[in-house]
Amino acid sequence: MTALRVTQRNLWVYRRTWRGSVFGSFLTPLLYLGALGVGLGSFIAAQDTSALGGVTYLQFLGPGLLAATCMQTATFEATFPIMGKISWRRNYEAMLAAPLSVRDLVLGEMGWMTVRLTTISIAFLVVLTLFGIPTSPLALLGAPAAILTGLCFFCAIMAFTATQKNDSGFAALFRFVINPLFLFSGTFFPVDRLPDALHAVAALTPLYHGVALIRGLVLQTPELANWPIHLSYLLVFGSVAAYLAYRLLFRRMVK
Amino acid sequence: MTGSTDVLIHARGLTKRFGGLTAVDGVDFDVHVGEAFGFLGPNGAGKTSTMRMISCTSPVTDGTLSVVGMDPARDGTRIKARLGVVPQIDNLDAELTVLENLLMYARYFDIPGAEARRRADELLDFVQLTERARDQVEPLSGGMKRRLTIARALINEPDLLLLDEPTTGLDPQARHLVWDRLYRLKSRGVTLVITTHYMDEAEQLCDRLVVMDHAKIVAEGSPRELIEQYSTREVLELRLTDTNRGSLDGRLDDLAERVEELPDRILLYAEDGEQALEQVHARQIPIESALVRRSTLEDVFLRLTGRTLIE
Repeated sequence: MTALRVTQRNLWVYRRTWRGSVFGSFLTPLLYLGALGVGLGSFIAAQDTSALGGVTYLQFLGPGLLAATCMQTATFEATFPIMGKISWRRNYEAMLAAPLSVRDLVLGEMGWMTVRLTTISIAFLVVLTLFGIPTSPLALLGAPAAILTGLCFFCAIMAFTATQKNDSGFAALFRFVINPLFLFSGTFFPVDRLPDALHAVAALTPLYHGVALIRGLVLQTPELANWPIHLSYLLVFGSVAAYLAYRLLFRRMVK
Repeated sequence: MTGSTDVLIHARGLTKRFGGLTAVDGVDFDVHVGEAFGFLGPNGAGKTSTMRMISCTSPVTDGTLSVVGMDPARDGTRIKARLGVVPQIDNLDAELTVLENLLMYARYFDIPGAEARRRADELLDFVQLTERARDQVEPLSGGMKRRLTIARALINEPDLLLLDEPTTGLDPQARHLVWDRLYRLKSRGVTLVITTHYMDEAEQLCDRLVVMDHAKIVAEGSPRELIEQYSTREVLELRLTDTNRGSLDGRLDDLAERVEELPDRILLYAEDGEQALEQVHARQIPIESALVRRSTLEDVFLRLTGRTLIE
């Protein structure tokens, strides 16, 4: 339970900026769904949309964007703020001098991330509802699915950050990992449009499974039948990533 | 274990290795309740590594260590609950205010809110930061940050306060204020463990100290004992021009118990410095300037290691 102290510390800091942050949580989906879902979607509607699985482009895009937004927020939170606590501001050093352990640090940060992802997911679901996208109350389960997706990225990237001397690796991470995932993991178009090799690669990434699971839950598309595969993937990926984050942060902090 | 209840830290053969590098090489020491104990030595001597093992943030490689009667390897969390740690580089929470820094740190120790508030107010008063309670940490001066770090280390009312170079980088006025607060803690019975490479700090604050060099303890005692054992009562410092220095031919050697040649000056260790200076004048040795002073721990260190503390 001592891990909650670490979560609480982040909440104290967040108290100063929560208004802007929550506003942003609503604004992001509004902008994307307005521009791409409604704007671009009106062109797509004139084409053959059978590849989307019988839904409109706006409907297709909405749930995918929820997963992608969680990924991006989690990635940001796991890079610069964590690096700051490891080496620039040495918060972790101060915490470890108190009766907190590296395990508390990792679990506490995950707790904090869960709070952030929860507000983002709820805001997103509200906006999706404003656009009339969800088809049943089952869409509410999209929130925990989105939180799980975000936590997978948070832990994996926290593990990466724990191995970095400074922030120079982050630019490459965003450019070569996060942006390609954002574009090619089924958020903006179905991955089966990709060449087979790339399709196979996309299907190995956590964002692909997050997008598929959330989309299935929000729209009740036939994809939903595969939920045990997607959920198991995310749970296994997340657990391994959390353990790695712990091991690598321990190696970094305890010398 | 010594079995003695007044020993707060007990170390025998304490060793820390980082790969091939031995940072602490089999050191023995005991710290007793209520004393101010110092580790004096140059940078890289192993002081910080020793401190980090005591504070249970760095695992012991070899040897035995017990802190407040417990084993850091097994009871790290319980030991940490009874320690206060002031690190070499400030690690205050820059995203919180002065008061929040204390309250949040109290949370890490599971101190209930009302009690944390009472202690925080008291500590802010003690380190003279009450007026800055609502301010952010970043704009504070180095001395204020240091005092806040000390206050934070006291939030759990520790049995043992560990200070790693508490005044390094502070201006003289700020240093004296920190020293004054540490005196007061000492007089209240708080046990202090201090690392420093400032001899005046060690002399001012420490009842007993060990001199560290190259990962080993090279001497142990009170500042007075160390000076008596390893140095003379007084020191005559001479500055000479290079040409004059070249033509000395050992003419100073019989004027003192020991003569130490440093790049910028010559030190003559004598019981009576003034008398030695008279002799220098009598022999018409051309000097630029002369200074007679009492021996310090710096001289002890020079004697023990052949090097000055701060290069």
